[in-house]
Amino acid sequence: MSDSFDVIVIGAGPGGYVAAIRAAQLGMSVACVEKRETLGGTCLNIGCIPSKALLQSTEKYEEARHAMAAHGVKLGEVGLDLGVMMARKDKVVGENTRGVAFLFRKNKVEHITGAAKLIGQNRIEVSTGNGAARALEAKKAIIIATGSDSMKLPGVEIDEKTIVSSTGALSLDKVPARLAVVGGGYIGLEMGSVWRRLGAQVTVIEFLDHITPGMDRELSGALQRVLTKQGFAFRLGSKVVEAKRGKGGVSLALEPAAGGAREEVTADVVLVSIGRRPYADGLGLETAGVQRDNKGRIMVDERYATTVPGIYAIGDVIAGPMLAHKASEEGVALAEMLAGQRPQLDYDAIPAVIYTWPEVASVGKTEEELKAAGIAYKTGKFPFSANPRARANGDTEGFVKILADTASDRVRGVHIIGPDAGTMIAEAALAMEFGATSEDIARTSHAHPTLSEAVKEAALAVAGRAIHI
Amino acid sequence: MATDIKVPTVGESVTEVTVARWLKKVGDSVALDDPLVELETDKATQELSASTSGTLAEIVAAEGSNVPVGGLLGRIAEGPAKPMAKPALAPAAKLQAAAPAAAKAQSPAPPRAVPAAEELLARSGPAVRKAVAEAGIDVAQIKPSGKDGRLTKSDVFAAAQPAPAPAVARPPRELGPAEERVRMTRLRRTIAQRLKEAQNTAAMLTTFNEADMTEVMALRERYRETFEKKHGVRLGFMSFFVKACIVALREIPVANAEIDGDDIVYKNHYDIGVAVGTEQGLVVPVLRDADKLGFAEIEKAIADLGRRARDGKLKLEELQGGTFTITNGGVYGSLLSTPILNPPQSAILGMHKIEKRPVVVGERIEARAMMYLALSYDHRLVDGREAVTFLVRVKECVENPERLLFDM
Repeated sequence: MSDSFDVIVIGAGPGGYVAAIRAAQLGMSVACVEKRETLGGTCLNIGCIPSKALLQSTEKYEEARHAMAAHGVKLGEVGLDLGVMMARKDKVVGENTRGVAFLFRKNKVEHITGAAKLIGQNRIEVSTGNGAARALEAKKAIIIATGSDSMKLPGVEIDEKTIVSSTGALSLDKVPARLAVVGGGYIGLEMGSVWRRLGAQVTVIEFLDHITPGMDRELSGALQRVLTKQGFAFRLGSKVVEAKRGKGGVSLALEPAAGGAREEVTADVVLVSIGRRPYADGLGLETAGVQRDNKGRIMVDERYATTVPGIYAIGDVIAGPMLAHKASEEGVALAEMLAGQRPQLDYDAIPAVIYTWPEVASVGKTEEELKAAGIAYKTGKFPFSANPRARANGDTEGFVKILADTASDRVRGVHIIGPDAGTMIAEAALAMEFGATSEDIARTSHAHPTLSEAVKEAALAVAGRAIHI
Repeated sequence: MATDIKVPTVGESVTEVTVARWLKKVGDSVALDDPLVELETDKATQELSASTSGTLAEIVAAEGSNVPVGGLLGRIAEGPAKPMAKPALAPAAKLQAAAPAAAKAQSPAPPRAVPAAEELLARSGPAVRKAVAEAGIDVAQIKPSGKDGRLTKSDVFAAAQPAPAPAVARPPRELGPAEERVRMTRLRRTIAQRLKEAQNTAAMLTTFNEADMTEVMALRERYRETFEKKHGVRLGFMSFFVKACIVALREIPVANAEIDGDDIVYKNHYDIGVAVGTEQGLVVPVLRDADKLGFAEIEKAIADLGRRARDGKLKLEELQGGTFTITNGGVYGSLLSTPILNPPQSAILGMHKIEKRPVVVGERIEARAMMYLALSYDHRLVDGREAVTFLVRVKECVENPERLLFDM
């Protein structure tokens, strides 16, 4: 067992494991150090994957209870076995994390379990448990890919039983009658959707006057309306100042963000999902001289180099959207740069998806951003209610919106709320990578009848020539 | 901050250069416009001078190596010698033709539309952007073949590839004891390729005639001193032949034309290439608008071009775009030869040595100064009658130089 590698990656999430595999593909010797027993990081273990497993299961439950009858399918009594649902979720997680372990073996990436600490610009020490430690040397690069962690709310202590983070919300042992979600971002809305479908009364408390901050406001408004129809309650412009555990559950004291009288919301379970913070605890960044900005993010240049030569950082622990696929792209780009290649990431073409029903997906600029930047744009919109496939499926909620530059017709942003929006956004991201105009999309043949035709029609609508509306 | 020295755009068809000679060593200090390196192209040898002052920090392309246009040659570091910093992306060396100062001003750097290049890259996708960054080539040098003028990966690779080497069918043969193997210079390779291309393309044949040089020689003898005193240049034979050829070209326009696909392109300008032998090989600088030049101007221009050709200081544009060529094998003593066309031109005149030969003049045999003339032509375009007429007209003009006064 060698203790010297070309590249040492700290963290085996979607940033770290992808960087490790790519570096190995390029002929480098690679070790990947991960604190958790299983690989895959937050995303595979307590994030994207388990939440999608539960969203899928609960969507089926919801369908069985409310949607099947309309299709002429009679089901009789529909019941819930939460234990089976959770076991299935755990099985999915296990398959995925073992998949990464398999990929590591296949690519000869050495997986080292333990907590890493920087002890020089090219050395780390890994505590492998029971007081044992192993020193490793990196000949080419140390890559910090330690990700992020849930942000805490002052005065509200997480016990993962009644006051939970996203981690606890993935493993509740029974459906709470009342679930309060603090924070109207994608995590709160996705986990809120899971428990609402299973029967919880969900109240979302958000400090801002709108949900899903940073998203195109038209979509955020549309999403809020759909979720309200589904039974969500929203308390916008409110902040939680106190949480008290009592016999009847947790009592949250709310104050209007603008100031005013206190109100109280009681819930059986409170999910705190107010955002995530970069995570690099215990790495010894200060001693090593790796500098962070005022938000705790590791500072890097355009080549992901930190302030210490030989130490690089990617993913949630640096600036930019905290998205698994953003971290993966950075991992690939960095590994290739270390091999002397010159990849370039277009951060404007990184999509973001919220897996509620309907899904919400965006790539590029929002209308608000274009206005702020003073870019003249044209809008093309097309509702799924006019899309034949959506009607056949019985899922007509939502629309596609394309924003194109007035002068050049170049697509600046695509925003979709609707069935399978997360899959459809890939087309828009590809278009943006190629600097496509809305006419390029409009002139590309889309199969009939598909949901994707709505994207083509929205592109046509930019020029005022949509056919089906 | 170091500045990259890159191979500049040297001409339309040039994709690659050979590093002939570094004029500075690593560690040498460099002043703005100092010649840095000699680059040999298909057509000429040129000097690249520094676009910034500093120290030659690194030589990336060694002498003898081939580098694509836009490729990295070396780096100039700021200030006195010290280890180089991060490479800069901006091409920093500019091409300086080693020409008289007057010519310098006439050759501004090619306009570089940066936003257009950026826009093109933005439309061409991530794989192309990566390939361009890695190839380190100027986007303007890449010929787009994608949809709506987008670049494709193959376009980038094609632009980054060195020009395909001539196919070598068999392995290099073993050298005998008294043999020596020397790499062909780029110029020699180009000459070889172009001459063979001419033979493979044109239906080439040669027609001959001879000219009695007595009159021209007498005329030249009569005005030699006055001409030289007035114009500062010797009155040679070349100006007579250039003038004679223009008379003939006017009469036989196909000799000044070229074949382009299924079309014939007639040229109403007369740019006469004058072949010059140099140590490195044959070069053919072009006398622009020779029909508008007087004898003295022609002689001066030829003297200047010839001198600079031998010094390897011709500019690329001075070697391109001739419409007809004159080659004089006579200066080396050739009695008779069949010149090869300079494609895409359709005709070439061969001059030869002047010698006294017995010639029948009237009813008597006289010793006259004679020169054989040869006209090689592309029979695809030029008929035999036209070629013969052309050469007869040249002969008549040279034998009766006063005809040149009247353009007939």
